[in-house]
Amino acid sequence: MTPVPNASAYDLSAAPEAERRATFAVIVDNEPGVLHRVVGMFSARGYNIESLTVAETDHAAHTSRITVVTRGAPHVLEQIRAQLEKIIQVRSVTDVGADPEGVERELALFKVRGQGPERVEALRVADIFRARVVDTTHESFIFELTGATAKIDKFEVLMRPLGLVEISRTGVLSIRRGPERG
Amino acid sequence: MTLHQTIATPATEAETLTGAQIVVRALVDNGVEVLFGYPGGAVLPIYDALFHEPRLEHVLVRHEQGATHAAEGYARSTGKVGVVLVTSGPGATNAVTGIVDALMDSIPLVIITGQVPTGLIGSDAFQECDTVGITRSATKHNTLVRHVEDLPRVMHEAFRIAASGRPGPVLIDIPKDVQFAKGAYAGPAEATFTHAYAPRLEGDAAKIREAVELIAGAQRPILYTGGGVINAGPGASEALRDFARLTGAPVTSTLMGLGAFPAADPQWLGMVGMHGAYEANHAMHDCDVMVCVGARFDDRVTGRLDAFAPGSKKIHIDIDPSSIGKIVRADIGIVGDAGRVLQAMTDAWRGKARRPAETLKPWWKSIDGWRARNGFGYIQSSDQIKPQHALQRLAALTEGRDLYITTEVGQHQMWAAQFLPFQAPNRWMTSGGLGTMGYGLPAAIGVQMAHRDALVIDVAGEASIQMCIQELSTAVQYDLPVKVMILNNEWMGMVRQWQQLLHGERYSHSYSSSLPDFVKLAEAYGAVGIRASHPDELDAAIQAMIDSPKPVLFDCRVSKDENCFPMIPSGKAHNDMLLGDSGQDIGAVIDEAGRKLV
Repeated sequence: MTPVPNASAYDLSAAPEAERRATFAVIVDNEPGVLHRVVGMFSARGYNIESLTVAETDHAAHTSRITVVTRGAPHVLEQIRAQLEKIIQVRSVTDVGADPEGVERELALFKVRGQGPERVEALRVADIFRARVVDTTHESFIFELTGATAKIDKFEVLMRPLGLVEISRTGVLSIRRGPERG
Repeated sequence: MTLHQTIATPATEAETLTGAQIVVRALVDNGVEVLFGYPGGAVLPIYDALFHEPRLEHVLVRHEQGATHAAEGYARSTGKVGVVLVTSGPGATNAVTGIVDALMDSIPLVIITGQVPTGLIGSDAFQECDTVGITRSATKHNTLVRHVEDLPRVMHEAFRIAASGRPGPVLIDIPKDVQFAKGAYAGPAEATFTHAYAPRLEGDAAKIREAVELIAGAQRPILYTGGGVINAGPGASEALRDFARLTGAPVTSTLMGLGAFPAADPQWLGMVGMHGAYEANHAMHDCDVMVCVGARFDDRVTGRLDAFAPGSKKIHIDIDPSSIGKIVRADIGIVGDAGRVLQAMTDAWRGKARRPAETLKPWWKSIDGWRARNGFGYIQSSDQIKPQHALQRLAALTEGRDLYITTEVGQHQMWAAQFLPFQAPNRWMTSGGLGTMGYGLPAAIGVQMAHRDALVIDVAGEASIQMCIQELSTAVQYDLPVKVMILNNEWMGMVRQWQQLLHGERYSHSYSSSLPDFVKLAEAYGAVGIRASHPDELDAAIQAMIDSPKPVLFDCRVSKDENCFPMIPSGKAHNDMLLGDSGQDIGAVIDEAGRKLV
């Protein structure tokens, strides 16, 4: 993952600001090409996408929800939001990560291969993380785990020495706590 | 078959139009009078519908890039939306340069492209390309229309999106079967738009009051205006003039904003930026309050960012929220239409007693000092035509005329911006953001289509003009008496200048050793060719160009190694300008970091 470049070629000082991770929930009109426009804006302007999820969420209103996780200094994140809002098909942009009421979850599938004590340990760790076993053979498990990104990262670290073979992650989903919409 | 039948709205609901007729009818209903295009297989139904529509005038260009630039010239000189009609595949890809040009300079265009029939999309059919994919990052918005019932809405919405907010190009890709299909038509008033698009026009009242307070307390204020003031309509230029008079502040502008404030006004400083006026750049550097209206702190304006107007508070007014804070952080950012915000600031200023005019006297004294330096000075010659001199003579000999200027891109463009005075908006058409060589001639054609009796002059270079020279044929076909004044130095002048200054005088591939005979070339196209090589011939040649009722190529042979000054070298601040008569070793002035910049 490359760092965000300077906003201007002439900014020779380039005093770096502290970066933070941001999760934008982008509600868009569900039209062909809208995902390309959003993703294209990120690549064209040199912003980084750490994770991306998208699906139609309101069939009647014909809208989709794109959750995109990115990283940048505060003024870069502000610029990303402004550039997103400029896209004609974008209805709203919310920085869920900066919202204390924001909830973020990821789903991941882990394939772990092993026998003997390692296999037992893998199952024990999975139990602690409340991961579900969705498939098993005599020498492997597939675990399904839901949680915040940090939890999934941690599970990965623990599984690696226990025979981790493969991971599949959905990327971050987000929603706001409380009864209100959006 | 009957010629000249207008396409009427169907009398009953059962009556329907073809997709092609819907396109043509929607153009008429959105106030279009002129469009620029080139036919081909995938747009033949639309051309067939055009054949029957006397309310639309179609200009057949010679290359699709020419169509887009002509539409830009038309749009920029009228404030209306420019319309382009081209075919699929190469028709669309040839148009891309002009589409990006319009995006960069915020010019409202609607581009209609034909597409292969829906059943063939994705099959690599003849003249198929992924037009919406290719132009997604080149447009403000684009759409592939798969169903004829969507077509009226998409057409009307395209005009709305192109012209409102920060203007830009909108592309509609229409497969050939959709052009043949029949569907109901509803006019722009009945269309319900599906997007939430609603640009903010009125500035925040509290921020406007705050901004006015800041300007009122300033000792060294400056108004830095851009193309946004022109885009906001003639009323915005009026509001700018009022506000400038009221505050007594000096006014500078970007390349795109020239004409919004009259060059003859004593408060005018000239253009700002890399090749801007000495007094404008010094005033920008030394100001204490900068009011940026409809400009975007482009790298050609700011120079070195960490030394950009270091002692100033900045107010940034822009209709595009993403412009504010993109490059330079504003102390007060106001989102809104330039004209409306300037008007609101004028009203807020008048609501209170303000500082006496004497407060700004020391500031104007400094400015007069910079003016006295004559930053545009150059060394005159008695046996060679200096390009600056040629433009000064052009300005003198066209004074009082109903004049529109377009340019190509390069040294001649900067000299035109420096030496031609613009008193009114919409009179100056140039490719600022993208810097597209080949823009000027087709743009002039677009301008002349809108202003048939005006004097339209493309200030060109011998390299740029060859990029869209084929449009001379268009000018001849439609009796458009555009004038092309080529400042011919046989070099790609700006490239040569940078090679001299930054690359150790290694002139790598910047000399054209087999230029055409422009006089004969003009004659071959059926236009008029004129040449001048000596200063004594200059005035008569310019006069002959102006007086000709036909399109003219004027081959003005100028001195070959003239450089464009002042120049803020790459990586330097506004008060670090090089001047034409200072005799500095320019190669030594620019450091390693500066050398790497564009």
